[in-house]
Amino acid sequence: MILFGITALVMLASSIAAVALRNLVHCALAVGLAFAGLAALYLQLGAQFAGFAQVLVYLGAVAILIVFAILLTGGSEPQREPLVSPGSWGGLVVALGVFIVLAAVILSSKSTAVPPGAPPPASVRQLGEELMTRYILPLEVLGLLLTAALIGAVIIAMREPEPD
Amino acid sequence: MAEGLDQVFVRLKQWLIGAVPGHWQPLVSALISVAAILAVFAGLFAITTVLERKGLGRIQNRYGPNRVGPWGILQPIADGLKTLTKEDVVPSGADRVVHFLAPLVLVVAAFLALSVLPLGRNMVAVDFDSGVLFFFAVGAATELAVFMAGWSSRNKYSLLGAMRAIAQMISYEVPLILSAVAVLMYVGSLSTVQIVEAQGGYSGWLPRWHVLTPWGFAGFVLFMIAAAAESNRSPFDLPEGESEIIAGYYIEYSGFKFALFFLGEYIGMFAVSGLAITLFLGGWQAPLPFLEVVPSSLWFFGKLLALIFVFIWVRGTLPRLRMDQLMNFAWKFMLPLALLNIGVTGVWRFMEPGWPRWLVCAALIVGPYVLLGRALAENQGLGRRTYKYGD
Repeated sequence: MILFGITALVMLASSIAAVALRNLVHCALAVGLAFAGLAALYLQLGAQFAGFAQVLVYLGAVAILIVFAILLTGGSEPQREPLVSPGSWGGLVVALGVFIVLAAVILSSKSTAVPPGAPPPASVRQLGEELMTRYILPLEVLGLLLTAALIGAVIIAMREPEPD
Repeated sequence: MAEGLDQVFVRLKQWLIGAVPGHWQPLVSALISVAAILAVFAGLFAITTVLERKGLGRIQNRYGPNRVGPWGILQPIADGLKTLTKEDVVPSGADRVVHFLAPLVLVVAAFLALSVLPLGRNMVAVDFDSGVLFFFAVGAATELAVFMAGWSSRNKYSLLGAMRAIAQMISYEVPLILSAVAVLMYVGSLSTVQIVEAQGGYSGWLPRWHVLTPWGFAGFVLFMIAAAAESNRSPFDLPEGESEIIAGYYIEYSGFKFALFFLGEYIGMFAVSGLAITLFLGGWQAPLPFLEVVPSSLWFFGKLLALIFVFIWVRGTLPRLRMDQLMNFAWKFMLPLALLNIGVTGVWRFMEPGWPRWLVCAALIVGPYVLLGRALAENQGLGRRTYKYGD
């Protein structure tokens, strides 16, 4: 319980920092911290594989990608505009509305009614067997999608032949 | 007798834990493991710095450090005192918080990676069900630390160095993980302890280490090359190329923060070598049956020192690569071979044991290796080297 409290606090603080900080690179690093917090949350729930994959993919690839994007677009200088612009109040209302609707949906759904007993920890072997039998089609489709995305990226990045 | 000697550290830990009241035991157990890892690997770091400077000196036909203590073995103490007493200079334009955090994140991530390595029989700090995944996950955190160091210094050279380092780490992470995947697939487990146990026993007089199979040997070589690139060791030390970008991302670090970077890099090298030992070299297993008298942790650290020696040897021998050569090598050569190796592992797994299996698997690896190498060399316009005056 204490561990969960610490993790939740770190995640909340870093999420707010990611939105509120003036320097985009600091924001990206805060997002990285939030990703790490989410991984810690997964670990506390006994989902070891998901937790480590979270760190590997989000901290090792997505955070780096964000940072690279910031640097390449020259956004690493701190911004001078005020944090709260007039338009952001409307955004706040919309966000609040979405949050209320989502919370209502989650609270009224059946999946929260599961008795909070200790679920059996899923081993990597079980995950692998499920992926290779029951979820083989989604896995293959995802693989195809990612391959297509990869080829597309290579084609975009490929140097076009010089027009003679 | 041999059994007792082997388990002496495990017994010592159990005895220490037994001396504290019940609900403190998990905490004390964790603390003892952490303290042991910190002490042993920091000590190994100190020894390795001397060995490296001595070894490089020998390769370059000079003495190396020989002033502090007999044969210069007290050099690390002098180095430590020097870095501790030096002024900690932070550039005025630097981002102070990130600049301070970067070396800490690097060192913490490097030490975390050590925690899943089985250092001997029953000697692993945490036995995760997916230990190998944990290893690669904390390795990913070092990339962020390198970026933090390079960006926060507000120095173009350090930013360039960080960019180089991240590009290199991301590129070589792919063959590194793929060559490990072959082992994971063959053993059928992500747990480092189970991987080591799967390599126990002997077939004839040969130990059942993965390196002694065609796919294992190819995987080991690929893994070690990628490991050298991951830990920014020569010949892949472009991120710190002194002659081009004057030490790269830690150019603006001084005093003990610089020492921390140094420590982080060496610990990273130990960790990745330790994983290579775990995956391919049989972990703490002895090479021959009658050598099992020697304690298992000694075997692990002996293998570790041997791999460190190879790293030092390579550093003293090979020149640094160019950036385009580095990327071409990773994506056009190592990646296809690593993918092929996974396929060959499958073939090895499902063929009958015997010499045809050896022949088929070896041919499946050596053939593409030669063909791919020839094709790439031709593409680059690399022919026989000709000397203007030498012939």
